[in-house]
Amino acid sequence: MKGYSQFEHTADIGIKASGSDLKELFTNFALGLFDVICDMRKVSPLEEIKVNISSSDLESLLVKWLNELVYIFDSKRMLLSQFDIKAVDNDSLTAVVSGEKIDPKRHELRLSVKAATYHQLSIKKNKQYKGKIILDV
Amino acid sequence: MPESQIKKMTDYKWQILLDKSKNMRVPGIIFADEELLQKALEDKAIDQVINISTLPGIMKASYAMPDIHWGYGFPIGGVAAFDVADGVISPGGVGFDICCGVRMMRTDLNFEEFKKNKSKLMSRLAVSIPKGMGSTGRIEVSKKEYEGLMAEGARWAVKKGYGWSEDLDRIEDSGSLEGANPDYVSSKAYERGHDQVGTLGSGNHFLEIQVVDEIFDDELARRFGIFKGQITVMIHCGSRGFGHQICTDYIEVMDQASRRYGIRLVDRQLACAPVNSNEGKKYYGAMACAGNYALANRECLSQFVRDSFEEAFGLGAAKLHIELVYDVSHNIAKFEEFEIDGETRNLCVHRKGATRSWGPGEKGLPDLFKDTGQPVIIPGDMGTCSYLCVGAVKARDESFNSTCHGAGRLMSRTKAKKTVRGEVLKSELEQRGIAIVADSMSGLAEEAPEAYKDVTRVVDIAQGAGLSRKVAKVVPVGVLKG
Repeated sequence: MKGYSQFEHTADIGIKASGSDLKELFTNFALGLFDVICDMRKVSPLEEIKVNISSSDLESLLVKWLNELVYIFDSKRMLLSQFDIKAVDNDSLTAVVSGEKIDPKRHELRLSVKAATYHQLSIKKNKQYKGKIILDV
Repeated sequence: MPESQIKKMTDYKWQILLDKSKNMRVPGIIFADEELLQKALEDKAIDQVINISTLPGIMKASYAMPDIHWGYGFPIGGVAAFDVADGVISPGGVGFDICCGVRMMRTDLNFEEFKKNKSKLMSRLAVSIPKGMGSTGRIEVSKKEYEGLMAEGARWAVKKGYGWSEDLDRIEDSGSLEGANPDYVSSKAYERGHDQVGTLGSGNHFLEIQVVDEIFDDELARRFGIFKGQITVMIHCGSRGFGHQICTDYIEVMDQASRRYGIRLVDRQLACAPVNSNEGKKYYGAMACAGNYALANRECLSQFVRDSFEEAFGLGAAKLHIELVYDVSHNIAKFEEFEIDGETRNLCVHRKGATRSWGPGEKGLPDLFKDTGQPVIIPGDMGTCSYLCVGAVKARDESFNSTCHGAGRLMSRTKAKKTVRGEVLKSELEQRGIAIVADSMSGLAEEAPEAYKDVTRVVDIAQGAGLSRKVAKVVPVGVLKG
């Protein structure tokens, strides 16, 4: 079962994700983000990029993580499909993400994402982690 | 929200009463009729109007234009003015697509003349206008030139041979925003923006060929170069990844700054800092760079439009009089002077999904529009119509010189895609004589006419409330979507 889903927002798109730990939660948010952007089944993990970020708290770490991926997508014209999070805690994350350059002939492009926002952002932990975020599209 | 907290002021104006328990500093003002007010109450837009009213230094009221809908942080269609002396500036009050806006161009062609070369023009435009996700522009901008672009906006584009110098008087701020400081722009923003100059983008951005369907004010239409049956062009786009990254960068800066300055936020997306603080000044300097990027972008696209007309019609753009009617920016913060309690104050006016609406006589107007007021361009959806309006004097007191910016979304993108099929929509529109060039059928479905409020109703409310006046209505005959 997918660890993420989309929810409705009048102008934009929301993503809900869950995970048994922070690694899984952040991975599922990344998958949810690229599921908005493209059909990831057609994206091969040909090129690897290292991601290293830190932030003041868990919520802003999530915003920063997704915005880092948006930056890679938009500046390098890359679609990402694999997210290997090496370590994540409340205020830092290291990961290796992989994907390939956009090929409009081969890739199904859906929607461009401008950024992840703080609006209605939440991360909660009960039995497992659950969170939601709104993307500006 | 209980109806008792909303007071009807006029048929088109409603006040959200000041509620100290919600930490409101000023009331909210919604310009709407009863039906659109109900729609705004159904989503979370009104709560967002209230949230804005809690920010330090907000003057008079937190305003919502008739096309208001739920955004993130600020509502779309929100206007808020903050005293420069003790108020704040907020990247969320401008939005990610800094200086997104609309321009309208006129031609000497009438519909019959256009029809003869319609398909030729549409295929020329499809080739010459870079659009869609991941598209790159043809304009190479070196690091050195980037600085000129950021400082000078459309003026830079004209110097580079994109656009005409006479366009500049027909762009807000004469085509370049003051106070742009490239030192405050991150390398990430440069990287996202360096090859996107002269591109349309995707989402709700578009280029339309339109025909003038109805004139509401003969004299003003004549002054703006508009006649019935005429072919016009409308371009809607912004600062692309460059602006998106600047907003992202500064929301993070402001997130820290808000805490440092002890500003209590009801929504973290409203992160802000005093206008005069170090962070506030840096954001403004970077935002103005993105503003100039957007103005340059629209100016370059206009050149591609002129080139395409020349190729399709075999006549020079000057001969066809493909002139700019006007260019407005509807996601921007600007410093403007207003009288507050008998005193002239410098305010930082945030318009997020709202258009400046300067009426006749307004000090900053170029001579060209001194006695008419500024043209205000209000795009609708691709199946209906759009409007050319004019700024109204009353807007100064009513809404800090602001009016609506478009139809405003009614339906989420997910719902639109479930309701409408892109292919079906395309063939329906084409049967009605509207040529469609689109990269993505699902993207087309998301922008279906059903997904938007009725733009006619929105501009009528703006007119009823005295914020702007209709001059002409245009209907689409050709649409380019990313």
